[in-house]
Amino acid sequence: MNIMEEISKQQLKKNIPTFRSGDLVRVHAKITEGEKQRIQIFEGIVIKRKGGDIHETFTVRKMSSGVGVERVFPLHSPMIDKIEVKTRGKVRRAKLYYLRELTGRSARIEQRKHDYGTAAVVAEVAPELISEAAAVTEEAPAAEVVATDTK
Amino acid sequence: MALLAKKQGMTQHYKEDGTAIPVTVLLAGPCAVVQLKTKETDGYEAIQIGFGETKAKRITKARAAHCAKAKAPLYKHLREFKPATLEGVELGQMLTVEQFAKGDKVHVQGRVKGRGTQGVIKRCGKAGGPAAHGSHFHRSTGSIGMRTWPGRVLKNTGMPGHMGDVVRTIKKLEVIAVDASKNLLFVKGAVPGGKNALLFVSK
Repeated sequence: MNIMEEISKQQLKKNIPTFRSGDLVRVHAKITEGEKQRIQIFEGIVIKRKGGDIHETFTVRKMSSGVGVERVFPLHSPMIDKIEVKTRGKVRRAKLYYLRELTGRSARIEQRKHDYGTAAVVAEVAPELISEAAAVTEEAPAAEVVATDTK
Repeated sequence: MALLAKKQGMTQHYKEDGTAIPVTVLLAGPCAVVQLKTKETDGYEAIQIGFGETKAKRITKARAAHCAKAKAPLYKHLREFKPATLEGVELGQMLTVEQFAKGDKVHVQGRVKGRGTQGVIKRCGKAGGPAAHGSHFHRSTGSIGMRTWPGRVLKNTGMPGHMGDVVRTIKKLEVIAVDASKNLLFVKGAVPGGKNALLFVSK
């Protein structure tokens, strides 16, 4: 492997959940106040993921007392304690800048029916078990999702 | 002490408080001492080190014999520097990246990427004129001085010409980490040259 890729890879976090634009996430961010450190939760919709490897960042947007607030988090920063994915959004863009123009009902994002994240995790853990799992669930659409993720 | 190194590229490190710092990765050494220059024989004191092992057919016989004399590997690059003292340094001794530690400040010298012929805006940082509104003065040099007095162009006036491809030293770069097993040196910030550029790292 290229030495630079190797160095970058060593620094990557391993416990990042699969999430993408449109998902509703809760980011547990560490905040330092004087000498104390506490965890603040920022909940909102992921509107973009940008960059690769160690440089990757993601932007979370939420409405805070009627004002849109966006926060950019470095994905592999030690200041991020945990990322929880609450719901998966069904969107057709990678960058959801159009949400900035919208408020209220029109700014809502439809939920995805199939949880591609879990499927991806299954694919990572044991590729050979997928066909079995798919057979057990007997859900044809779920199997399709699994198939696309393993590609 | 010093080392010759090869630039591997840049990446990013996170400090514990979450600050991201730019990091350049250098493949530094190991460099064998190829020659010791002394007051008696050469008129000055210096240590000559080599870097970049190569085959005998790729260097001159003179260079090969020079390296062999010190029982050092055959080197593509040689470089000398003046140490505080020659004591304790032997011919053929390997200098490694272990001489640097986290938190040290190092100087990194190398050849800047060549930019070719460039105008005053890129080369000298002049502002240039307005792009529109019929100014007709866009990126050209403009005035280069006064009138009958002083009657000449002052020294160091910025003018167009060749840019880059010169040796520059970036001083006091902080060492972020040292990986002795892979001969890697991580320094904060950018260093001259592109990927695989030859660099000289000293304390």
